[in-house]
Amino acid sequence: MITAEQKPIDEIRGMIAPYKRILALGCGSCVAECAAGGEKETAALASALRMAARMNHEDRVIDEKTVDRQCVNEFIIQLDDILDSYDTVLSLGCGAGVQAVADMYPEIPIIPALNTAFLGETRDQGYWVENCLGCGDCMLFYFGGVCPLARCSKQILNGPCGGSVDGRCEVNPDIPCAWQLIIDRLTRFGALDRLEAIYPPKNWARKQGSGPRKIIREDQQK
Amino acid sequence: MNHESQLKKVLEQGGFGVTAECGPPKGADAQVILKKAELLKDAVDAVNVTDNQTAIVRMSSLAACALLKGAGLDPILQMVVRDRNRIALQSDILGASALGIRNVLCLSGDHQCFGNQAEALGVFDLDSIQLVQTVKGMRDQGTLVGGEILDPAPDIFIGAAANPFADPLEFRVTRLAKKIKAGADFIQTQCIYNMDRFESWLSMAADRGLTEQTYLLGGVTPLKSAGMARYMRDRVSGMDIPDDVIKRMEGTPKEKQREEGIQICVETILRLKELSAVKGVHIMAIEWESAVGEIAEQAGLLPRPVFDKE
Repeated sequence: MITAEQKPIDEIRGMIAPYKRILALGCGSCVAECAAGGEKETAALASALRMAARMNHEDRVIDEKTVDRQCVNEFIIQLDDILDSYDTVLSLGCGAGVQAVADMYPEIPIIPALNTAFLGETRDQGYWVENCLGCGDCMLFYFGGVCPLARCSKQILNGPCGGSVDGRCEVNPDIPCAWQLIIDRLTRFGALDRLEAIYPPKNWARKQGSGPRKIIREDQQK
Repeated sequence: MNHESQLKKVLEQGGFGVTAECGPPKGADAQVILKKAELLKDAVDAVNVTDNQTAIVRMSSLAACALLKGAGLDPILQMVVRDRNRIALQSDILGASALGIRNVLCLSGDHQCFGNQAEALGVFDLDSIQLVQTVKGMRDQGTLVGGEILDPAPDIFIGAAANPFADPLEFRVTRLAKKIKAGADFIQTQCIYNMDRFESWLSMAADRGLTEQTYLLGGVTPLKSAGMARYMRDRVSGMDIPDDVIKRMEGTPKEKQREEGIQICVETILRLKELSAVKGVHIMAIEWESAVGEIAEQAGLLPRPVFDKE
């Protein structure tokens, strides 16, 4: 999923300052799972902003709504009937959600309430970790299901570097050394010899070589 | 000017190679480099020039290498993959060769979070092994990454680093094998204080026949003080300083600690000279280039060989 965290409330208040009628727009997908922009968080943020507005004697209306997926047009379209009553949309979607809403409604300013972070997993309650770069050419087979591009601080394809000590990364002992994990897993499967090969330079063209990426699937088009 | 690698000649003729390190200044003064050159000139065969070490912005390694070359030394251009992508790295290899720089040491580089530009983007387009392979391809096949022909090929003696003290130990040897397979002509190791661990790594490497396929130079760093020893043990990852070394420094009066550090370093070199698989020593006297001559002298490494210049 895509993870995100809410921006500081003062930064959000700064961005909404010019507007009187604001729609706080949550998203029920990834950002709900990471407790940053789901229905609950949207209600909490809207309420905090209303309270701050009242305490500062500001004349501001802040309503809230959450759609299931802010990055998919079929869901965004639910806003057609209500957007006329607002000066701006404060989106609690990820960066993709913010821009999908902006694309659909070019006439209304849209403000991001979150800092979108990474593609990751929920490791535990309140604990999310990055584990995919979206490189466009998955190599997880070779590395025992641990991605060195996303999880090694130096993105080393032929690791580990000289900073791996007791299974920890030199950048921060809180970070497990991805290469120790790779070696441990491949050892378990009797596949450590996979690491005798030198992995050639990564083909980054699959990620950023032709500018922003798109996927076109004719079989999925009507 | 002589455009051959002095280090390569010494090693190929079976000599015990000696290299040292020269850290460029955080400033634009060429004199700083030239002063260090003077201190190192007759004490070593070649001089590593660090590449923005610990991710702190300094004078470029390539420029400092050119200054050393001009002063008659044999520079080793350290190149880290942290700051440049494959386009810039290959371009600098060609430039280095054109300037008469004949040695390159391929490294990952300290992570940018440790330096004075913690907000910088880490590039890491290639890793250090891929960089070794790239330089080898440029030199031996005359090709760039992807196979395009270049002409003429650069003339470079290719180096890489090895850390026998990082984990996991067994895989350290595999990684050394990969660096050699990629094309490392010579290897410089992380600072050796724990001789037992170094020797177990070395014997595992020898068992795989690796020590015969590359020139292995053992790394040493003279300790300036007990404080520095503790700092390196506790704060520099992948650094292994056993308690007896720390105690020896702590048991020495402060004003004598520098001498003791040099003494430990000399003893380590003497032990390394006994090991047939070790073909030389790399003396990393951090911001203490003046100690190198004394260490080389006491370890019986002087005078360095001189070859006829054509």
